[in-house]
Amino acid sequence: MNAIYGLYSDPNSAQNAVDELRKAGVADRAITVVASQPYEEYEFSHRYQQTWIFWIAAGGGVLGLGIGLALAYITEVFWPIVTGGMPIVAWWPNVIIMFELTMLGAILATVLSLFITTGLPTVESRVYDAEVSNGKILVAVEKPKNVAMIEATLRDTNVDTIKRN
Amino acid sequence: MTLQEEQKINADLLRPLQRTSVWFYLLVGVLGTIVLCGAGAWMYQMWNGIAVAGIKWPIFWAFYITNFVFWIGISHAGTLISAILRLVNATWRRPVTRCAEVITVFSLMIGAMFPIIHLGRPWLFFWLIPYPSERQIWPNLRSPLAWDFFAISTYLTGSSLFLLLPIIPDFALMRDQMTGWRKKVYRVLALGWQGTTKQWHRLEAAMQVMAIAIVPVAISVHTIVSFDFSMSPVPMWHSTVFGPYFVAGAIFSGIAGLIIAMAILRKVLHLEEYLHPVHFQNLGKLLLMMSLLWGYFTFVERITTWYGNSSAEMAVFWETELGSYSPLFWTMVFCNFVIPFPLLAIKKLRTITGCVIASSTIVVGMWLERFLIVVPSLGTKFLPYSWSFYRPQPVEIMITISTFAAMVLLYTLFSKAVPIISIWELKVGGHGRPQLMPAQQEEEERTLWRVRP
Repeated sequence: MNAIYGLYSDPNSAQNAVDELRKAGVADRAITVVASQPYEEYEFSHRYQQTWIFWIAAGGGVLGLGIGLALAYITEVFWPIVTGGMPIVAWWPNVIIMFELTMLGAILATVLSLFITTGLPTVESRVYDAEVSNGKILVAVEKPKNVAMIEATLRDTNVDTIKRN
Repeated sequence: MTLQEEQKINADLLRPLQRTSVWFYLLVGVLGTIVLCGAGAWMYQMWNGIAVAGIKWPIFWAFYITNFVFWIGISHAGTLISAILRLVNATWRRPVTRCAEVITVFSLMIGAMFPIIHLGRPWLFFWLIPYPSERQIWPNLRSPLAWDFFAISTYLTGSSLFLLLPIIPDFALMRDQMTGWRKKVYRVLALGWQGTTKQWHRLEAAMQVMAIAIVPVAISVHTIVSFDFSMSPVPMWHSTVFGPYFVAGAIFSGIAGLIIAMAILRKVLHLEEYLHPVHFQNLGKLLLMMSLLWGYFTFVERITTWYGNSSAEMAVFWETELGSYSPLFWTMVFCNFVIPFPLLAIKKLRTITGCVIASSTIVVGMWLERFLIVVPSLGTKFLPYSWSFYRPQPVEIMITISTFAAMVLLYTLFSKAVPIISIWELKVGGHGRPQLMPAQQEEEERTLWRVRP
């Protein structure tokens, strides 16, 4: 058995279940909450608030800037052509290329970091129940050690259904 | 929000995907035929040469470049507005954002096709891409056309991702709700999305970063499109006001396009419960502001030219105000300002119908504005011996009409495959304001009034 989970009709009950599981000694990393929408106003959503995504985006931007700078400079130096009396390496127009590639780098880095940190795409079977899409909130304990205790704890909360995965 | 309310939202927004009326096939058939006619016209042009279009010396930019600027402008409706509303956390944005973002992606695709249609030998379009080659065609990164390539491809990439990322949770919902072959398709598209708190948080964070990045990109795109003109020493093109004038015009036409799309979706897909009059009212106010801004920019551009009194510029000036192009110029003024202003400024008239009428005239007016920027300046350049007049030919007219049909067709097909309102974002809109503990409340207020870091 990979997981045992309870389905809840409202986020308050799901929060209560998470609190009770913690009290029963279940580690935070073993508890998974799955919902069809984000519940930022509940504590169970706050566990992953620390993220490097902003810094990764900035890093992608810096990389894009470097590529833009190199592309513009190398192209102009290796294929020199005089146009409009501008110098061969013309920084004013190059800023435009550098800006666009900086932004492209930041956007691609953001998307890449999203996929990597959330483990998408995947074909691997994870704890899930189709009832989630009908609005239910799933609170699971993955790889449970004491199944009976967890089932009892979940049953004491306002749970709709308890299932094993 | 109760479970019943959530299930109602699912049912309402998935209904257009599950049920298909005969009208859908009829619409797709008609639009598809028009698009095929446009493709046929393009083939005809390729076979017989670009001479079958009305573009000839000295007017080498006409309908196609007008359409290019127009469609890139329309693209500013979506991602830019959606990103700004996301950043300021405007809660009323939730039903509007996806309708808007779709416009951006499709109009960018259509707009980006026009430089290729404009080419005499379009199969060599990749020569436009500034990469080093052995053809002795040097990539010139100092040309505004090369900037266009970078700006539009960055905006298209960013906008497509900005549209697609929030669709993943909706694909997961459809994976669970659909049956048969659709279920299999949506299972693949959902990429294995679960909806864990970590996934939701990362998605929200990514959307926030992308919203920050996409705003300057959107502004840069139309500024760079304006550089195609303003970097040339052509009368009434070589102007410093062109960058912001183009950006304002793009947002203006974009909002108008969005209002029309929303009104049609509301009526056809029966989304009255989700697209409320207040959405049209708010967008109508924004449209009013942009109409005033457009009027201001047009006045500034015109008075600067008039006051400068340069003979070459005044020739274009009078040609548009009182000459051959004057009917188009004054139609543009009526469509962009005189008609929309009272409809949007008077509260009683700012109804859904009022907003749609104003938006329709604005779309026409903004197309004319693009045309009047491109053509009269080329036809009335410095030396009178080179003056000429432009008459569009059937090939150009057919291709232009077919792009409008293509836009509606793509939008129709998209709304058949994906809920046109983001289901999960709509549900989040139903959450109440978070209940803060007294200590959190105190901390929030202390942070708000803090003078020093």
